[in-house]
Amino acid sequence: MIGVGKIKQYSNVLDKPLSKGKQEVSLSAFAFLFSELVQYNQAQVDNIAELERRLEDAGYAVGARVLELLCHRDKGNRRETRLLGILSFVHSTVWKVLFGKVADSLEKGTEHEDEYMISEKELLVNRFISIPKDMGTFNCGAFVAGIVRGVLDSAGFPAVVTAHFVPMEGQQRPRTTILIKFAEEVLRREARLG
Amino acid sequence: MASTACFIIVSRNDIPIYEAEVGSAVKKEDAAQQHQFILHAALDVVQDLAWTTSAMFLKAIDRFNDLVVSVYVTAGHTRLMLLHDSRNEDGIKSFFQEVHELYIKVLLNPLYLPGSRITSSHFDTKVRALARKYL
Repeated sequence: MIGVGKIKQYSNVLDKPLSKGKQEVSLSAFAFLFSELVQYNQAQVDNIAELERRLEDAGYAVGARVLELLCHRDKGNRRETRLLGILSFVHSTVWKVLFGKVADSLEKGTEHEDEYMISEKELLVNRFISIPKDMGTFNCGAFVAGIVRGVLDSAGFPAVVTAHFVPMEGQQRPRTTILIKFAEEVLRREARLG
Repeated sequence: MASTACFIIVSRNDIPIYEAEVGSAVKKEDAAQQHQFILHAALDVVQDLAWTTSAMFLKAIDRFNDLVVSVYVTAGHTRLMLLHDSRNEDGIKSFFQEVHELYIKVLLNPLYLPGSRITSSHFDTKVRALARKYL
């Protein structure tokens, strides 16, 4: 581990100041760890849906923590109470901290009022992954979908979040779209808040 | 320091995950139960108020005789609630902010399950020290 000798030792995490979040993590190390996560879970399940659900659960735990930390650290203790506010928080603040850049696009679904999409040309977790034919529509972006669901759900915006590959013209690799479908109660509350 | 003060943390699923009587007054058994009752009764008010502002510190939101309920709602809708009889709003705000930071540290511990009871004795010691400092 880099710099392990230089880090001041604390007897308890509560004594340690919160991280400023400027450290960068090696991409190879992350890719290796993530591939282990996928392989471990794949060995535990017998179908694709279950595997996706497990990855999503792993992401959910990340999302719930990231929301609390970032609202304190980057937003100066402001909460998000509006739908568009929390979406742009996910699209910019969360994405920047987790992936080092804002997401490529945030769009509203054209067919349904309650659907929003975050698209990324080359999602970090999918960068070194190609899906075998027999695994059908499986997408490791389920982990990121879980993070998004964790953030939204904890902030009081329950939603169903799924990850999909969308083929793009003139590109070899499809882009990844995170589809967010909000629960009815969220839209009702939005309407009430005006 | 305030003579009466009761502090609880309520998870987003409305389950109390930390409780402490932090006042300097002599402890009475039935008073502790009354404090819990007043704090839990204030939860409904918090639920409505939390969506009308993006600030975390909601100030005094409810009162019972000479006791006041102050609330702080975190981004993940965990509520820090304090029942007190002092009028020191700045002190209470600082207290909430520091406990919030402690709560984030607990939450970031991968072995802590979000929404479960905070059993760390270290956390308890620190909260009581903060109460002595600010309240």
